[in-house]
Amino acid sequence: MHELAVTQNILDIALEKAEEVQARKITGINLVIGDMAGILDDCVQFYFDFLSKDSIASDALLSFERIHTRFLCRACGHTYQAGDSLPSKCPRCGEWGVEVVAGREFYIDSIEVD
Amino acid sequence: MKIKVLRDILSANDEIAAGNKQMLDSYGVLAIDVMSSPGAGKTSLILRTIEKLKDMAKIAVIEGDIASSIDADKINKVGTPAIQINTGGACHLDANMLRNGLRNINLADIDLLFVENVGNLVCPAELQIGTQKRMMLLSVPEGDDKPSKYPLMFTQVEAIVVNKIDLLPYSDFDFDNFHRTVSGLNPSVRIFKASCKTGDGIEEWISWLKSELGK
Repeated sequence: MHELAVTQNILDIALEKAEEVQARKITGINLVIGDMAGILDDCVQFYFDFLSKDSIASDALLSFERIHTRFLCRACGHTYQAGDSLPSKCPRCGEWGVEVVAGREFYIDSIEVD
Repeated sequence: MKIKVLRDILSANDEIAAGNKQMLDSYGVLAIDVMSSPGAGKTSLILRTIEKLKDMAKIAVIEGDIASSIDADKINKVGTPAIQINTGGACHLDANMLRNGLRNINLADIDLLFVENVGNLVCPAELQIGTQKRMMLLSVPEGDDKPSKYPLMFTQVEAIVVNKIDLLPYSDFDFDNFHRTVSGLNPSVRIFKASCKTGDGIEEWISWLKSELGK
């Protein structure tokens, strides 16, 4: 829902890193985004194309690695992928109590530079 | 050439949030991020709380809205200092907005600070702003299925006030289902049933808040 602001952050972090290594051009940005982060890939790419147009990242291709939400059952310790409805019963023991162990990721893994 | 970055996209926000928390701690102020959908009763709960606690704690309020100063005006009217932050379109408060807000509050003069986030059941949960505590309201007309549909906020809070229980006779809100889904996601959360309109159930919330203030 607030992809414009986060896309600006993505661009800022990538430009800062590129400057550190004195890159001429950023050709790619590899992002890791959990399903619970509430971020839409298409929307980020759309804003990125707009925000980056006068920078060395203007032709960068964004790639998105999605991480599915995973739960740890508090009762039996089983970890499992969340279904469409949250929370869900543990498929092994049938209990409800869960901890979110994956799905909130939201970081830049790496950038590709020339 | 590939360069490893491994940096959280919200790290700039999180650093400012840590600074806000440090500042609040240094003044001994307990700050609470108050979140919910629009219209669930955040301002009404804050007004009820001021009414009950004004003799034992010095309270201030930061109001976050996309536009208008309607909420800050309501709080100022009862004699409690309130400042309004207008996000100008942004769907949540971020740590930088709170930092700017804190500059306009005399922290040495207060014990308790409510930060009323923008009405939205999604985005405010994604950003830490630097309060020590986070709480939320859900109102009965919104329905008991909201923890399943918008799970993140329910995992982020220490307390939930289910507001507008005076409307239960006109609603099929299922508290058993609500408890089951919420405690599934967040077993230690405290759930209070209240009506800010009639005052029912407010005392339980107030006594929890008093015990947190005393810590």
